[in-house]
Amino acid sequence: MSSRVEPLHSPQQDWRPGILEPVEETTDSEAPPPAIETVRSAAMRPILVRPKWFWPAVGALSAVVALGFSAWIVQLRTGLGSAGYNNQAFWAIYEANLVTFIGVSYGGAVVSAILRITKTTWRAPLTRIAEATALVTLPIGMLFIVPHLGSSWKLWELIWPPYWNLSSPILWDFFAVSTYLLATCVFFYLPLIADLSIGADRLARLQTSPGRKLLYRAYRVLAGNYNGSLSQRRLLAGAIGLVAIMVIPMAVSVHSVLSFAFASSSRPGYLETIFPVYFVVAALYSGVALVVVVVAGARRLFHLEAFIERRHLVRLGFIMVALGAAYLYLTFTEYLIDSYSNTTGNAAWVYQTLLGRYWMPFWFYFVAGGLVPILIFMFRRTRNATGVVTAAGLVLAAMWVKRLVIVIPPATEPLVRSPFGPTGALGLGWGTYHFTWVSISITVAMAAAIPLLLLIVFRLVPILPVAEMEELAAAAERAETTTTTKAAGPVVRLHAGGGAPVSALDHGETQGDDDDE
Amino acid sequence: MSADEQEQDETHRAPVPSAHQQPVTVTTGKQRQLSRRRFLGAAASGVGLAAVGSVGGALISRSAPSAAAPSHRDTGSAQTGATAAHQWAMVIDLRYCNGCKACTTACERYHYLHQDQTWIHVFTMQSESGEQYYMPRPCMMCEDPACVPVCPVSANFRTAEGLVLVTQQRCVGTRICMNACPYQARYFNWSAPVPAPRQPFPQEPAWPVPQVEGTVGKCVFCAAMLPSGRIPECASYCPMGVIYMGDLESDIAVNGIGNVVTLSKFLTENTAIRFKTTFGTHPRVWYITGHGQTLDTDKEVA
Ligand code: SF4
Ligand code: SF4
Repeated sequence: MSSRVEPLHSPQQDWRPGILEPVEETTDSEAPPPAIETVRSAAMRPILVRPKWFWPAVGALSAVVALGFSAWIVQLRTGLGSAGYNNQAFWAIYEANLVTFIGVSYGGAVVSAILRITKTTWRAPLTRIAEATALVTLPIGMLFIVPHLGSSWKLWELIWPPYWNLSSPILWDFFAVSTYLLATCVFFYLPLIADLSIGADRLARLQTSPGRKLLYRAYRVLAGNYNGSLSQRRLLAGAIGLVAIMVIPMAVSVHSVLSFAFASSSRPGYLETIFPVYFVVAALYSGVALVVVVVAGARRLFHLEAFIERRHLVRLGFIMVALGAAYLYLTFTEYLIDSYSNTTGNAAWVYQTLLGRYWMPFWFYFVAGGLVPILIFMFRRTRNATGVVTAAGLVLAAMWVKRLVIVIPPATEPLVRSPFGPTGALGLGWGTYHFTWVSISITVAMAAAIPLLLLIVFRLVPILPVAEMEELAAAAERAETTTTTKAAGPVVRLHAGGGAPVSALDHGETQGDDDDE
Repeated sequence: MSADEQEQDETHRAPVPSAHQQPVTVTTGKQRQLSRRRFLGAAASGVGLAAVGSVGGALISRSAPSAAAPSHRDTGSAQTGATAAHQWAMVIDLRYCNGCKACTTACERYHYLHQDQTWIHVFTMQSESGEQYYMPRPCMMCEDPACVPVCPVSANFRTAEGLVLVTQQRCVGTRICMNACPYQARYFNWSAPVPAPRQPFPQEPAWPVPQVEGTVGKCVFCAAMLPSGRIPECASYCPMGVIYMGDLESDIAVNGIGNVVTLSKFLTENTAIRFKTTFGTHPRVWYITGHGQTLDTDKEVA
């Protein structure tokens, strides 16, 4: 309710000038955040003040990415077999990575779009980080198509309409993911426009270096003619709301269609009608976990503790754990029902997954990605920011492993076997996927690319959605002054240290559960 | 409706040999007029609903009680309405297969394949009575192939003569067809292919030599030699005469040791079955079982 644009309100009033300007000179030393800082200063601080660790971190992550790139060159020269594949393990790590990485990008959509649509005000400081995470992880996930393909140099064929075979689930994937990428970009850009305009105003006075000048230019161009007038703000709010609504079915379709590539076959373990839902929930689950980790990291590294509170993390954690429980339920359903059918194919893969050759990864998921996060949230002692971040880290690892468990066992299952042989031992045996340094390097490199790109993005665009936070805060203030009823929605803290900040989470929530500072 | 029914009745259906086998439907030559499309069209017209019922009834009365499961899809075998000169089919007589894998070797040598690219793979199986038997498995050249519709770049296709082939120059290597094929008949080129000498013909779907790295390959029924009247390499190298190459149009099948049979009669008399008919793929490869019997006896070839 409070994010509605109030017609009587001048934008200039909302955009209060910063109480204290930050250190504007570029210094290599990490300046401590000022005691009292406005959201405007804080959002621009990572851009204006380069943290000490920035270049070492970028260097280290780039080295990992370079290693992955060289592994990819090796794979190109020696064939896909160097990634550990064989005829009985035709899909394995890259396909699991494709699902995992595209999946985690969904976290940005849920935190931002769903919380926007439901007008959850505490989301405000998190939206930029969440949207940036989605923006960064989705292309990285899509990039896994390249090592996945046996002939990646023929990738152009997928965008060559005469070759299209519209009955192919892979092509649907390609369309769905590409559309979703476009939507993610728009969804990142629209809320950014107002902030770019604010940022350009600030950068205008600070064009001390060519880099700054370029950044200022870019801000001006990307901000367009935005001047914060009422009609513009109303238009923008409408557009953001519309895209937020559109992003959700799009994301659902992407993950459903991704699952079709597996499910639209006769292979036991892939032919599951539960797969679309299963994939969507898995994507949400791991995606929120990634947002938790990124928010916690950004909060610590860029000193945003004043704006992103520990309780934000706990709140995200609740969403994560709810999704985790839903995913556990779906997993249970899948294995239970498949084990009941007891056809040779189903019985074999359920047995091999739960108790046979794949028992370790499966039970790792079950403990680390299923039980532990729920347990962490069951006890008040562990239900705090540290607990949430620990749980989120576990979930990310466990959900990657779970994707391997989804992809590999059915792919390695023999389909031609003797109906009367001793437990299907005759015919073709089970296949094995061998992890190789090539596939591991490419995977690790892609994973390292996420923090690398995020660091770069956060040094290029305001890390906090300034306009949105200010607007929500102003709306709440207005509501507080004009009425004494409890109409005031929870608002966003706009400045740290000084005065009596309005906490984002002070209203009508279960206070005892959160680990307040 | 009655026409459909009549066509159904004309199909030769053998009794169900054992519980795990599917009822045989052999529709050859002129009888293969009942396309699934036509059948579904009749069913949709409402009148046809009765036909479905009566066909189903006929099915139940003429085969084992458990045979109620096969749908009408299994009774209308051929879907090609095209009037090609040939409709290639293969018969594999499991009674005589001794597992020597001469077919596999011949195929790999002929097509310059890696050792693991067993386009015709000889599986060791076990019968209900505990006896081991061998089962060569080429591509089934399905009439309704699972591998074709899933390819994003239309690299898989089915010819009018009933051959399912791969355009390796186009294949991008998503391997979703390997996922789709219920017979695991597809093999990927995980590394550089076996070097082949310069070929007199260009590499094409019917003559995929040499293989292309990063693409999928599979048995092609030796499509390039069929027009010249030669039988596939695996068939001609089988010392036991297990593998017959046949043509549903001319109703003739030939094996590597010079036996010529009337295809429809051969299949019916020997209660030929097809592999995994429940997958709705309608293979063009028939198996003659009988692995409970001793090899090298009661060889009855027409
Ligand atoms: S056996 Fe497999 S590869 Fe051959 S046509 Fe059928 S589905 Fe395709
Ligand atoms: S028909 Fe030709 S390609 Fe197919 S298995 Fe036999 S020899 Fe190989």
